[in-house]
Amino acid sequence: MGVSNPAPPSPTSLHRALGLSDDELDDIRKVLSREPNHLELALYAVMWSEHCSYKSSRLHLRRLPSKAAHVLVGPGEGAGVIDAGDGIGVAIRIESHNHPSAIEPYQGAATGVGGILRDVFSMGARPLAVMDPLFFGELDDARNRWLVEGVVSGISGYGNSVGVPTIGGELTFDQCYGANPLVNVLAVGALPTSRLALGVASGIGNYAVLLGSLTGRDGIGGVSVLASAGFSGEDGAASIDEAKRPSVQVGDPYEEKRLIEACLELLDHGYVVGIQDLGGAGLICATSETAAKGGVGMDVDVTAVPLRELGMQPFEVMTSESQERMLAIITPENLAAVNAVCDKWEVRATVVGHVVEPALMPDGSRVGLLRVREGFDGQVLGEVPASSLADEAPLYDRPRRRPRDLDAILADDPSDDEPVGDPHDDLAGLLVDTAWVSRQYDSQLFLNTVVGPGRDAALLRLAGPGLPPSRRGFAVSTDSNPRWCALDPRNATALTVAEGVANLACVGASAQAIVNCLNFGNPEHPEVMWQLSESIDGMAMACDALSLPVIGGNVSLYNESGGRDIDPTPVVGSLGVVASLVAPPPGWNWRAGDAVVLVGHREAAGGRAFPLGGSRWATRRGRRGGRLAEFDASRLRATFDFVTGEVAAVCAGEPSDLTAVHDVSGGGLAVALAEMAAATTLGVSVDELEGHGELFAEFPGRFVMATSDAGALVARAQAAGVPVSVLGVVGGTRLRLGTLVDLDVREMADQRASALERALRRD
Amino acid sequence: MTRVAVVVFPGSNCEYDVMSAMAQLGASAELVFHSATTLGDVDGVILPGGFAHGDYLRPGAIARFSPVMTAVSDFAAAGGAVLGVCNGFQVLTEAGLLPGALQKNRGLTFLCQPTTLVVSSTRSVLTRAATPGQELVIPINHFSGAYTCDDETYASLVRHDQIVLRYRDNPNGSRDDIAAVSNEAGNVVGLMPHPERAMSTLLGSADGRVLLEGFLGLGVGAGAGRGGGVGAQ
Repeated sequence: MGVSNPAPPSPTSLHRALGLSDDELDDIRKVLSREPNHLELALYAVMWSEHCSYKSSRLHLRRLPSKAAHVLVGPGEGAGVIDAGDGIGVAIRIESHNHPSAIEPYQGAATGVGGILRDVFSMGARPLAVMDPLFFGELDDARNRWLVEGVVSGISGYGNSVGVPTIGGELTFDQCYGANPLVNVLAVGALPTSRLALGVASGIGNYAVLLGSLTGRDGIGGVSVLASAGFSGEDGAASIDEAKRPSVQVGDPYEEKRLIEACLELLDHGYVVGIQDLGGAGLICATSETAAKGGVGMDVDVTAVPLRELGMQPFEVMTSESQERMLAIITPENLAAVNAVCDKWEVRATVVGHVVEPALMPDGSRVGLLRVREGFDGQVLGEVPASSLADEAPLYDRPRRRPRDLDAILADDPSDDEPVGDPHDDLAGLLVDTAWVSRQYDSQLFLNTVVGPGRDAALLRLAGPGLPPSRRGFAVSTDSNPRWCALDPRNATALTVAEGVANLACVGASAQAIVNCLNFGNPEHPEVMWQLSESIDGMAMACDALSLPVIGGNVSLYNESGGRDIDPTPVVGSLGVVASLVAPPPGWNWRAGDAVVLVGHREAAGGRAFPLGGSRWATRRGRRGGRLAEFDASRLRATFDFVTGEVAAVCAGEPSDLTAVHDVSGGGLAVALAEMAAATTLGVSVDELEGHGELFAEFPGRFVMATSDAGALVARAQAAGVPVSVLGVVGGTRLRLGTLVDLDVREMADQRASALERALRRD
Repeated sequence: MTRVAVVVFPGSNCEYDVMSAMAQLGASAELVFHSATTLGDVDGVILPGGFAHGDYLRPGAIARFSPVMTAVSDFAAAGGAVLGVCNGFQVLTEAGLLPGALQKNRGLTFLCQPTTLVVSSTRSVLTRAATPGQELVIPINHFSGAYTCDDETYASLVRHDQIVLRYRDNPNGSRDDIAAVSNEAGNVVGLMPHPERAMSTLLGSADGRVLLEGFLGLGVGAGAGRGGGVGAQ
């Protein structure tokens, strides 16, 4: 042949641009037994993204326990749901919105709130509370200060306006988050158990109705381009890829508020067969997942979708991540009634899909096909098995390797050789009141908030519009400790679960379930996969030991910048229930003359002092190595049960000598005592505390309690088999801890109250 | 029993909290959607907090055009008791039923925190059960809560005893620490703090009761207050 044919356009460039690997393209060819067209490739690219498919983590997540008698809905739906008693279900979900917030902090954080709320009300639950664990780089960097202010105002602007109280969270500063902040968001809702809804399409001939906002080009490829890749640049601020900003969605809390009211009204009337939110991967995710769960096919008329802008391509319509949209499956007979409810709330409702019979395959099997069409009777633009998008993404067992330098890091233990230094300065530097953040959040709406932000756990009445009457309460805490996890992710994650249970105990709640948000670095780094796998094993170990089901979670990978991974940051959201909530728990407000008592072990197993490795104290001194104490469920459980019982009795209105309770966590015993002193401006003098180890070591399972009758409390603790010791008596204006600390309480309280605002205002 | 209409705009979010407070005080309250043209047979009207119509343009600017506002205006003109809480206060100023305006807080951030209020006039329907100088701990929850008005309006407020509540420690930059004002007759009142959030010591304070009881005409002697439609029938 004398004339060479021009090469056909290579499909490889397209699939790679969309974020698919060569192997993944081969998998798609196998599923379809043909070449995918452009639209189909785009659908697989978003649905098989790390963010949507958990392809690197699914294998490991299976090791988490998720079942218990009180679990109504476990992982895999919009939110996990437990039976909280009195005919009320409590739904809980946690998500990350890390990469969007790194690029556009206000909208990134705002749409994170919007997305999590849709997950919760898609279950039929009215969202009752939001919590925000936030992680930023140090505040001496102006860009980090900009990120903090932007994220907090985004949460405030969206959450307050949408009408869901924000009841707490966490605020952590560490250099590892400088170029890659973490913005996690947890939401809790409640429902009469009879209103429980699932994201399932069923009933051949039923309609899929798109509710809410117009569909635009915002957020196209958000899950694949943004959430499933790291930031590529070499250095901190400059590495943020400004070109990715169009992949960040824009939120409208007013649209969401009307969408919540409309959806809950539709569910109350029983008009809805199944319902799912549109989040990551937009319409293709909602249609393929509901169809796959129902074992049915779905025809989607791409021309029926109401658009915000002209000239959108079918792949853009199907993968857009425009906010404030839901997909409801309804019977044709209910269409008029659905339209009437939506008209009332000024919510757009459009039939965009038809539930159809599964197709008969050549081999005789039946497969639910997701067909994208130009008009319900028009041309088929793309046709793929719905379950291949939703459930059959590749599953990777990525290589894992214990970091080579870990032994050296573990050996560099500050417990051994760090000088005492200036404990005054140490303590002052560890005291930061986060009220500057929490007072920007409406924490009180719905008249449920008994304990709001800034305490061990938030405690709310279990009440809300449309719920059966109940005297119960629910408590929520979010916890993490990346400093620990960098040293020993398995043990550290187990201890983080314990910390959550300890926080719930402080408000009298017994832990019922947890959710997790696993924020890790690049899974293609074997060290990161090792951290993830270890962390999941530690969580499974603690949950098994403490009888806690994991009812939902989220994995956020590729948290890296310039090739540096963040420290492993598994965030645990814990949900507890108080059987009778008629009086507030004691809180931190001790009174003059009260005895201060330490409940729980004063030393690690084997009689050794609790180590300082991974403590806030050591990190502040630049010491990031060392070992952790072992998670030991048998020692923790009795203490947790004792404290929970003591506080629950106060909540139930029973007479008690208990006047204050606070758990020992970040910053150690010194910080716990200082926070209680700051809350009341009443000091305490503790003689027998010696050495910085006893002041600053962090280990969950220890509680500071104040009592008007030390003898009685000590006797009850001993009867329960819980170690207990009297530390001192409340009174005076100074906080005196052994020979190391002697501070004026009022001055310390003022410093603590203004610390965050001072750090943010330096310019 | 006293009957109260609680007006719901799209974007309102405190309506259920107000309903719950009314129920706690034995009043019978009904939600009235913003598209309604009548209020029904009621003794008082409450505009609850929230973000009516998303606070688009500025808080209350669109809500004043909702159909129900004509009925609210007529009700107020006839001497009926009208209370606007937070966003409801903003709506009442935009609708011209109360003087002045609410602008962004001095610190340019949203504020959710307890405040101590001092009762400065007891001739309004809101404060008629309270005593002058009484201190009440009631939370605020707003971004645009700094009360402002021109000098002439301010002089008129003082002259007609229309400053109803003041902040003890001004949190938001309000003129003369003003937290609540009434119309001249005292039957229309707006306040930025949320009395319905201060109905129970379980939640931190029960100091809002005396205000909402007053609004309902409970615990008020004959002839107390002026122009109050609530509890008068």
